[in-house]
Amino acid sequence: MTPAIELAHVTKVYRKYSGRQFATLKSALLQRSILRDLRPSETFPALTDVSFTVPKGATYGVIGRNGSGKSSALKLVAGITKPTSGTVAVQGRISALIELGAGFHPEISGRENVFINGIMLGLSKREIQERFDEIVDFAELREFIDAPVKTYSSGMYMRLGFAVAIHVDPDVLLVDEVLAVGDEGFTHKCLDKFSEFRRRGKTILLVTHSLNLVERFCDEALWLDDGRVQTYGDPKRVIDAYLTKVEEGEEQLLAATNARALAGQERQDGSQEPGAQERPADPTSNMFVATEGRWGSREIEIADVTLLDAAGEASHVFHSGDPLSIRLRVRAQQPTSDCVFGVGIFNAEGVCCYGTNTYIEEMTPATIAGDAEATFAVDTLDLVEGTYKLDVAVHKRDGYPYDYHRLLYTFRVKSRTHDVGIYRPRHRWTFSPNVTFGPKS
Amino acid sequence: MFANLAGLIRYRGLISSLVARELKARYRGSVLGFVWSFVNPLLLLVIYSFVFTKIMPNETPGVQPFAVFMFCGILPWNWFATSLSDAAGSLLAGGNLIKKVLFPAEVLPIVSVLTNMVHFFLGLPILIAFLLVAGKYPDPSDLIWFPIVVLVQLIFSTALALVLAALTVHFRDIRDILANVLTLWFFATPIIYPWFQPNVQSFRWMFNWNPFTHLAVSYQEILFFKGPLGHWKWLLALGVASVFLFLACYWLFDRLRDSFAEAV
Repeated sequence: MTPAIELAHVTKVYRKYSGRQFATLKSALLQRSILRDLRPSETFPALTDVSFTVPKGATYGVIGRNGSGKSSALKLVAGITKPTSGTVAVQGRISALIELGAGFHPEISGRENVFINGIMLGLSKREIQERFDEIVDFAELREFIDAPVKTYSSGMYMRLGFAVAIHVDPDVLLVDEVLAVGDEGFTHKCLDKFSEFRRRGKTILLVTHSLNLVERFCDEALWLDDGRVQTYGDPKRVIDAYLTKVEEGEEQLLAATNARALAGQERQDGSQEPGAQERPADPTSNMFVATEGRWGSREIEIADVTLLDAAGEASHVFHSGDPLSIRLRVRAQQPTSDCVFGVGIFNAEGVCCYGTNTYIEEMTPATIAGDAEATFAVDTLDLVEGTYKLDVAVHKRDGYPYDYHRLLYTFRVKSRTHDVGIYRPRHRWTFSPNVTFGPKS
Repeated sequence: MFANLAGLIRYRGLISSLVARELKARYRGSVLGFVWSFVNPLLLLVIYSFVFTKIMPNETPGVQPFAVFMFCGILPWNWFATSLSDAAGSLLAGGNLIKKVLFPAEVLPIVSVLTNMVHFFLGLPILIAFLLVAGKYPDPSDLIWFPIVVLVQLIFSTALALVLAALTVHFRDIRDILANVLTLWFFATPIIYPWFQPNVQSFRWMFNWNPFTHLAVSYQEILFFKGPLGHWKWLLALGVASVFLFLACYWLFDRLRDSFAEAV
């Protein structure tokens, strides 16, 4: 089958005109530097050696972080910009849903704008006349079509732009994150329109952050990162690879955050050693005004806190239902028999999800001396998706703190299910035989 | 370049609807609407008549009534000057189209020139009415030249409009420089004084280098003065030069085209 879109070793380098955003012709003339100024002094590679092929009739998803080059790629395919090197080939009429309603004139009516926008997108007057009713009905703007566009709400504006662009009847449709244009009902209509396009064997190139959409709609997906193709092929596989990378990124970010929080406390500690002990030790007493911090006498010091995943590796990102272990490495300055280990988990709003300590659980300490380790292990982390913070502490039975780390450690729980709340009880649904469910929509 | 130039013909539908849009949008919301296109030149002409007959009467022989003579040059000059200043900002104003839609950028400055040409045409009936009232009946044989002057001016203006639009994308100050250059240019052109004044004749060579001199003089000869167009050689030379200028400017525009989407 012939490819509808083919990019071969495409590199796109944007120029950064160094510091002359508003350069003057005068200075250019005086310094005879027009040629030099028009030459890029600094460049920024938006895409580097990108090759991919979209077969005719395929729906192709492009995913990636912000600034990864997705939109640059789309503009190249649309022909708005030219590649610095490499070739872009597209077969058939293109319609680009990049900026909806670009070129609408605010002063004139929706009706006139439909005609002009249609002509801009390559339709003839007669073609627009034929489709006019369809366009207006699709945009749900029949009663406002003769009002000037400046009176439209942004939703109406976008809907009209979308309706015109989609009725251009392109062979290749380029879509850049525009499905967020309307309410739920309109979004469904757009998706139905996309499905119709697919059935009619049109090619769709979809740039989006909605991974669900890619998984449901696309035949193939491409993951761009930093202007380079990371991987492409089966959407599910590409999305999984992408999500893994996103987690790695979050992981690094959280590790850095934790290190910074801890380092900040170390510094404060040095300056206010004596008064530091007066801070409350009961984690639940002030859970709504919880601020991070560290205090205690340091007779027993928490030297290291590590979160471990199922494989025993240090991690900050966990999946709901995974095992989680919190390992405390402590150092007792002198042997003591009064020692309680405590752990508290808080969600992002500061609500205590769970808190316990060894004393509550009726473990009577006998001795602790020198370097020691304590691990709090959870078999299944039954929390919903979100960011959680951790209290860890070593204190006396009466609450006198040796070393209290308040909310210094952050971890993230990820989940493919978008359930709500805090706690996800292990559950299953059962139904009587007359209730059935189809395949995942 | 020539492929793109040929493509312009395909865009005539787009150009004409954009011109229509500009005209409609211009007067949308005003009570008089299109009538303003007549009223504006009319008021201007009334003011000039008053100033040059009552306040500082201009008695120069051969160009009476002076306000009507002036108006023969001012009307096309307004078309020229407004076209250029509109065109200079056209790519920046249409930035959304250039950045987000596959859109032939040259359409925008061309639309600026054509829109102002329509305004020029709408002002013509007022001028003609005043000419008739003043008893100036243009020769029918002279009037054949009228479309030719308009065509030459159209080509000349479009050439400059293209190059100004393209350069303004990179050098924003062109718009301000242009405003001043146009004022200077206006006074350097025999519009508010006749070209046959002795003190103009002594700078003859300088005036001959000013392309708009030949346009203004042609308009005045065709519309105001009796007798055949004596300036036709200059006009045709300017016409030929304008065609080459247009090709050169279009070439430059074409060269800079790819930078627009990024620099706008």
